[in-house]
Amino acid sequence: MSSFPELSLSVRDLAVSFADKSGRLEVLENISFSLAKNEFVCLIGPSGSGKSTLLRTLAGLIPYSQGTIEYPDIHDRQVRTGLIFQKPNLMPWRNLSQNIALPLELEGKSRYEIAPKVREMIALVGLEGFEHAWPHELSGGMAQRAAIARSLVQDPDILLLDEPFGSLDELTRDRMSEELLRIWSEKTKTILMVTHSISEAVYLSDRVLVLSRIPSQIVLDLKIDLPRPRDSQLRYSTAFAKSAQVLHDHLRI
Amino acid sequence: MTQNKNQTQSHTVWQKISQHRWILPLLSILLFLGLWQLLYMLLKLPTFILPGPAMVWAKFLEVLKNGLWWRNLSYTLLELSLGLLTGTVAASLLGYLLSKTAMLENLLSPFLVGSQSVPVVAIAPLIIIWFGPGLFSKVLICAMTVFFPVLVNVLIGMREVSQDLRELMLSLKASRWQMLTKLEFPAALPVLLGGLRIGATLSVIGAIVGELVASDRGLGYLINLGRGQFDTALVFVAVFSLIFLAAILYGIVLFLERRALKWQTWREF
Repeated sequence: MSSFPELSLSVRDLAVSFADKSGRLEVLENISFSLAKNEFVCLIGPSGSGKSTLLRTLAGLIPYSQGTIEYPDIHDRQVRTGLIFQKPNLMPWRNLSQNIALPLELEGKSRYEIAPKVREMIALVGLEGFEHAWPHELSGGMAQRAAIARSLVQDPDILLLDEPFGSLDELTRDRMSEELLRIWSEKTKTILMVTHSISEAVYLSDRVLVLSRIPSQIVLDLKIDLPRPRDSQLRYSTAFAKSAQVLHDHLRI
Repeated sequence: MTQNKNQTQSHTVWQKISQHRWILPLLSILLFLGLWQLLYMLLKLPTFILPGPAMVWAKFLEVLKNGLWWRNLSYTLLELSLGLLTGTVAASLLGYLLSKTAMLENLLSPFLVGSQSVPVVAIAPLIIIWFGPGLFSKVLICAMTVFFPVLVNVLIGMREVSQDLRELMLSLKASRWQMLTKLEFPAALPVLLGGLRIGATLSVIGAIVGELVASDRGLGYLINLGRGQFDTALVFVAVFSLIFLAAILYGIVLFLERRALKWQTWREF
């Protein structure tokens, strides 16, 4: 890990539990990992494992019962994590530009500060010409690009993605993966992304974390040693298949 | 062949007519006036029972000229506007609070349902007794009529606010006020305006009932006046003015709805 010396997020002994009818349901247990600055890490696990819960806890949406979450690199109190959901979650009464502007509006930024940033983000995700389109006029892929632009407009240090391409068809999905890699290389962010696609995880990541069923623990921390920049040809290489095989074996437990 | 051509031609003419939204309503109004005139001529009833359209029109011009019409119409309009405004604001505020606290909703629900099942006609006399025959009691009656439909719709609207969007707002560290102004209000607005649409027309009934019970101004007063003087044409003028007023109110709410909801291009009103 010498190429990623600076830490961007460090999680130690994290535990999360929900209260349900029969008492407490332990969802996450002894979760410890760290993300280096500008690292792309995927989080993978069987369905029903606490992948989304972990991500939402990091985003501050779910309280945790034990452990620590530290952002060593961020010194001001406002932690800048951008969260991208499985659904684009655009507000139907706002057009594309207004949707992307939302986080800055909530911050209380002025119109003059917001406009150029929104324009920059729209260009980054390739949605020029759709500035005034309503969400219901956008395709699924375009809507998810808009959601990515919205999460980037605050220039957060860490992007948390919760199965962002899960509701897209496979072709769009692969194209969006490449888009995401391009954006990541342009904007250099630390990315933690939940997925249940092994090939997506291998294709995108520097490292893949594998979660077990609940109470979930990290059962594998796999470094993906594939050269960058990556193109779709890589999906058919032996090195790719080897990594996918390892993940596959650990997911079956 | 020619018949076929004629058919398609009449078809396009029909399409052209129905493209103008006001043509069909206008036709039905003309038909109504024609039937009325016919009935008037056939039955030959005394004019204090059924005046003809021409008489009513003459009466309208008369009261228009001597200022009686505008004096009473504007008064009812004032009652309605104040009543609608206060009723809608109060219902929206209470609706918001109720949606935030289930306990309060349970506590107040018997009164809310109760107030809905009692017709305005039944409590209008009480309100006049308590608050006098002036403007205040009429505004109160209007406000009470519009209150319930708006309240119920605000409650429904708040419940329909997407949980995913709430989560988005939370992840963006939105304050409670931002949650209200940037998410809950715009999300609940379509349903709220739907309630206002129902309430606006109902509140016309409320205003007239209040005026019929006791007043010296307003369209309800005009109806009473005409009835007392066996001036049935005047009653007709008042009733038509009332319909006119209700239609205008409905139109205004519809206009607001379209302006506010222009993003819903697929929505049919």
